[in-house]
Amino acid sequence: MVVFDKPHALADVPMHYCPGCTHGIVHRLVAEVIDELGIEGRTIGIAPVGCSVMAYDYFNCDMIEAAHGRAPAVATGVKRSDPNNIVFTYQGDGDLASIGMAETVHSAARNENITIIFINNAIYGMTGGQMAPTSLPGQVTQTSPYGRDVEACGFPIKVCEMLSQLDGAEYLERVAVNNVKNVKNAKKAIKKAFENQVNGKGFSLVEVVSSCPTNWGMTPSQALKWIDEKMIPYYPLGVYKDRSAEKED
Amino acid sequence: MSTTQYLFAGFGGQGILFSGKLLAYKGLTDGKNVSWLPSYGPEMRGGTASCSVIISDDAVGSPIVSKPDVLIAMNLPSLDKYEDTVVSGGMIFVDSSLIERKVKRDDVKVFYIPATKLASDNGIAKLANIILMGKVLAETNGFDNEESVNNALKKVISAKHSDMLEVNLNAMRIGRDY
Amino acid sequence: MADKVLMKGNEAIAEAAIIAGCRHYFGYPITPQTEVAAYMAKRMPKIGGTFLQAESEIAAINMVYGVAATGKRVMTSSSSPGISLKGEGISYLAGADLPALIVNVQRGGPGLGGIQPSQSDYFQATKGGAHGDFHMIVLAPDSVQEMAELTVKGFDLADKYRMTTMILADGTMGQMMEPVSLDFEVGEKVEKPWAVTGTKLEREHNIVNSLFLKPEELEKTNFERYEKYSYIEENEALCEEYMMDDAEICVTAFGIAARVAKNAINEARNQGIKVGLLRPITLWPFPKKQFAAAADKVKQFISVELSMGQMIEDVRLATECKVPVTLCNRAGGMIPSPEQVLEAIIKANNGGDK
Repeated sequence: MVVFDKPHALADVPMHYCPGCTHGIVHRLVAEVIDELGIEGRTIGIAPVGCSVMAYDYFNCDMIEAAHGRAPAVATGVKRSDPNNIVFTYQGDGDLASIGMAETVHSAARNENITIIFINNAIYGMTGGQMAPTSLPGQVTQTSPYGRDVEACGFPIKVCEMLSQLDGAEYLERVAVNNVKNVKNAKKAIKKAFENQVNGKGFSLVEVVSSCPTNWGMTPSQALKWIDEKMIPYYPLGVYKDRSAEKED
Repeated sequence: MSTTQYLFAGFGGQGILFSGKLLAYKGLTDGKNVSWLPSYGPEMRGGTASCSVIISDDAVGSPIVSKPDVLIAMNLPSLDKYEDTVVSGGMIFVDSSLIERKVKRDDVKVFYIPATKLASDNGIAKLANIILMGKVLAETNGFDNEESVNNALKKVISAKHSDMLEVNLNAMRIGRDY
Repeated sequence: MADKVLMKGNEAIAEAAIIAGCRHYFGYPITPQTEVAAYMAKRMPKIGGTFLQAESEIAAINMVYGVAATGKRVMTSSSSPGISLKGEGISYLAGADLPALIVNVQRGGPGLGGIQPSQSDYFQATKGGAHGDFHMIVLAPDSVQEMAELTVKGFDLADKYRMTTMILADGTMGQMMEPVSLDFEVGEKVEKPWAVTGTKLEREHNIVNSLFLKPEELEKTNFERYEKYSYIEENEALCEEYMMDDAEICVTAFGIAARVAKNAINEARNQGIKVGLLRPITLWPFPKKQFAAAADKVKQFISVELSMGQMIEDVRLATECKVPVTLCNRAGGMIPSPEQVLEAIIKANNGGDK
């Protein structure tokens, strides 16, 4: 008999996330992977600024809260301090692709041996639903009330595609968590991103296309559907870079 | 109880800072208090470089030399700029192969050394600054023994270039004997 | 005692940091402190340490934050405009109570300013330097020897009090060479049970954090931190007194300005003027007691600064304006001459500003 249990790496505390938010799913996947790899005792997580700012309370491993966008720089410091540490950052789209873009790009260029879990839900959640660097063209947000006008605000940034141009990056994959099949794939990708670090392979980033029903103004099920209909066509799922696999070819 | 303030000035690339460093090490090996302060910034790319060196029996106060006892001028702009700052009774050393004019002051001791020409005549074109240093040391009672000069040279010439020690010492002698 | 060697101030800081056990340096190129990074780039790989040229000052200070969180000694160095960029990280270090060493080899400002020596970041350094209620310990060396010694002391104080120490130097201090002895004692190792080193599944997880959403909690951390600051103000203030015993005029200056002032004081003494120097070595905590004591003895203070007058405010506060405090300054990369300071001393001796 299979008994549902909380992963050990996930703290037994209530989370503050909104109903229907997919942060909880991704947290659980990360915790499961930490359990399966048996690395909790040497893992150090870096929380961002954004909705997952309090992730430091939700994981049982040692945690650091970083300044907005700076998690990859903080992770670089932690990893260089002791390369035996397993270091991951958990960042949203505003944090990783807007204010922290330089830290993201350069940690990838250095092939810093860290794991980044990147939550792309196309909006700033914590501050109440402003336009994100990944908001879709035409998407209505608090700061793009008439829809994202690409003439005025530019186009969304496709992080995996962009980073795949860097020689440094080891592994880049985009996944989603809006249905069972996608969740299973997401788990595989997250596991690989941690295994890469354990095996000293280098910079691994998993972009998780996620939902924000509250700020999208949808019900949870509408939001999951919107991921299929709007998000995934703009942000196609798949592996964008896998240097080890390329070498094997 | 005495303090001597030196100002080295010339083009970037003439070894101004190196000369100053050599003098500072000479002071240090003689058991004196010393300070060395370079001008810094865009000068290092060919503009005018200068370097303040103070050698003293007492603790060195300000490391900035604004009224030098000894001025070593390796180009005309340096002589123009600093001639009037030298204290009365001080010394000015001029590389006369690069500076055609004479020093206007009559209350200072002036030494004209065609250091750049002497250097190229002796096949050591890059060591005009060291030839000048030989003269400076000789005239400031710093060349009383070669061992102390050699010790200072050892400090500023890295082990990698130890073959340059004798060449530099020779350049110093050329200056001293000029 | 080991032989003295001639070193640039910037190099002395780097070597002293290594002696103090620092094995992690992160920086970004900026004049006039580049020698620190260059020295570290050469030495760190040979002693198993980390030198990393970061993509920005902001990244560098956050790498410092990461290493500091793991409990190891870590530093960065920069010059004025770069320190402004580090402001964010400096505030987070304070909020998370992390020890680190930051070197500011100051140049003229504001803005891009210039590259010549300045002391115009005094306010920034001593009043916190970024958002929120906090202080750094600020040490002001006036010689290459002190550049080295205060670097070691800076690491010790940072660990002892779990806070950032700043070495506030200037372009002259960084660029000048003087004989230096690197033979000094490093303080005892401080245990850091709060550090994130991995739980080994043997303890509750540690969290390094500066976020407190409940104002009551945030207020509590601020009050506790300021209790610590009071203790530091009481116990760690350092000041050099020079010819103060019979002084009627007190010159006050730190760093390069103090070196210039000493020349002027020596000359003034030759002329029979009773003048001395108070040189704060810790700019925060400001040596208030020494200044208060001097204020009962002298008839005037002269604050010599490479700025438009910043330390002068602390002098006035510490002396409670009992006697006049005048400013003798240059700014924008210029340095006061001994003659300028002497003139100010003579003027004060003749009755000064009343």
